Amino acid sequence: MRTDLILLIPEITLLVMACLVLVVDAFSKDPLHKVTYWMAQLSLLLTFITVIYYSPDYSYIAFNGSFVSDMMSVLLKAFICAITIVVFFYSYEYLKENELLKGEYFILGLFAVLGMMVMSSAYHLLSIYLGLELLSLSLYAMVAMQRESTFATEAAIKYFVLGALASGMLLYGISMIYGVTGSLQFTDIVDTINSGTIDKVYLVYGMIFLIVGMAFKLGAAPFHMWVPDVYQGAPTSVTLFISSAPKLAAFAMAVRILSDGLSPLIEDWQSILSVLAILSMAVGNIIAIAQTNIKRMLAYSTIAHVGYLFLGLIAGTASGFAGSMFYIISYAFMSMGTFGMIILLGRYDLEADSLDDFKGLFLRNRWFAFIMLCLMFSMAGVPPFLGFWSKWFVLKELIASGFIELAAISVFFSIIGVYYYLRIVKLMYFDEPETMSAIKATQQMRVVLTINGILILLIGLAPNSLMHICLSAFSG
Amino acid sequence: MITLPEVLLLGTLLFCISVAGIFLNRKNVLILLMCIELMLLSVNINFIAFSHFLGDIHGQVFVFFILTVAAAESAIGLAILVVMFRNQDTINVDELNSMKG
Repeated sequence: MRTDLILLIPEITLLVMACLVLVVDAFSKDPLHKVTYWMAQLSLLLTFITVIYYSPDYSYIAFNGSFVSDMMSVLLKAFICAITIVVFFYSYEYLKENELLKGEYFILGLFAVLGMMVMSSAYHLLSIYLGLELLSLSLYAMVAMQRESTFATEAAIKYFVLGALASGMLLYGISMIYGVTGSLQFTDIVDTINSGTIDKVYLVYGMIFLIVGMAFKLGAAPFHMWVPDVYQGAPTSVTLFISSAPKLAAFAMAVRILSDGLSPLIEDWQSILSVLAILSMAVGNIIAIAQTNIKRMLAYSTIAHVGYLFLGLIAGTASGFAGSMFYIISYAFMSMGTFGMIILLGRYDLEADSLDDFKGLFLRNRWFAFIMLCLMFSMAGVPPFLGFWSKWFVLKELIASGFIELAAISVFFSIIGVYYYLRIVKLMYFDEPETMSAIKATQQMRVVLTINGILILLIGLAPNSLMHICLSAFSG
Repeated sequence: MITLPEVLLLGTLLFCISVAGIFLNRKNVLILLMCIELMLLSVNINFIAFSHFLGDIHGQVFVFFILTVAAAESAIGLAILVVMFRNQDTINVDELNSMKG
């Protein structure tokens, strides 16, 4: 029992700190919520340190098999904390500028991070469900935080209804799996399936509902209806949050359910995921071309990226999962930088969320035009940027597992995808700006965004270190 | 004597009704919330049926968790609904169309 609790120390730290921040914020009179902000950052930093410090040497299953601590969960938790620290930094600048600053943003964010950590360590369908709900409920509230905005409320309602529908689907799937195998714990489920005493039809029936629920949460086509509306309607800081760390948690959930819980059904879920992947890449890359709002365009680009994420899962090998993990981590870095750029260019009276706002950025500010160029090239998958290596890694594993047609289709769609990323580069470098007003952002914001952009170039020049980290997560 | 397939049929029927309600309803956001609630309850019926016929307690424990989460979920849903009514003076589903593309 004591060793069980030691494994849980990062989660306990975060929970205690989040409750503490909640109380402190309730008594704080500061309109800038400085104390809340710094305490939230401190909690994430502390959690990050405890995650690293208490990382176990081998995979350890605790609490009657409902919680697992292995390399994958440790790495994902560390990345989730690190990414959220940067997200909170960008968000603070944005919320301050737009007079949306409320302490609840950071508190809900901390609870969402707790949900993500539970999801990354879940080894039981109940812990997966609870982690997922903790994450989703926090996100619904965050989307609705801009109370006067019609767009934000509409986005919140859509997100809430479709998110709840997804949870319902997931639960129905869980109930079916439970009914067939008589267990909710992943090792027991695998053992029961392998014993060969049960009818596979019912299992696949339950699994389809599970995958539908998961695809909803990840935003894979054809369950992507909420993604564009939520990305466009929510305040940019919330969109930034939704598009970064929760994707890592959703990836963790997919790996836990598919590879730990339903590994004997690999052929069945490979074929379902293939369909989802092709649809996502097609819908995401083609519809993104027609968008004029950059947040909406990035939403469709997310859908396409989820398709590529599935490719690594379809490969079904340990290195395939590592490829997907590499993909989702690099996507979170790129998406963070891009939304950071939208925040940087925006001002109180003007949200820079239309493609026209990027016109002539080169003439207004050469340095940030270059950073945006790095981000867009990386998203499109141009070497030597990070985004190229993530696609390369996933496709390499996919081909190694023998899915050559699928790899060809995905390359075809990624070529279509290059168009709308390069259009932004064209707007920045070859069009006349609509205003020549200088960029009004704080020094810290500029520095952090620069580091973010340069990192994408630097990791892209030396991708092996991150690849080794991802491979070590699945080496057993 | 009630058998497991009969209870499962009831659960599945309720589940289908609630999903159909979410997609067909064009009038009122409140009805959407009711459908979501119905969906979670239909899953609960499944769990309790399995738990009873398998003689395993885990399913019933799961139901308690679902009920708790459903309560939190409807609290947030209703809060968002109130915000929407303040903004638009209506809770009509058809009014939710300001974003396109």
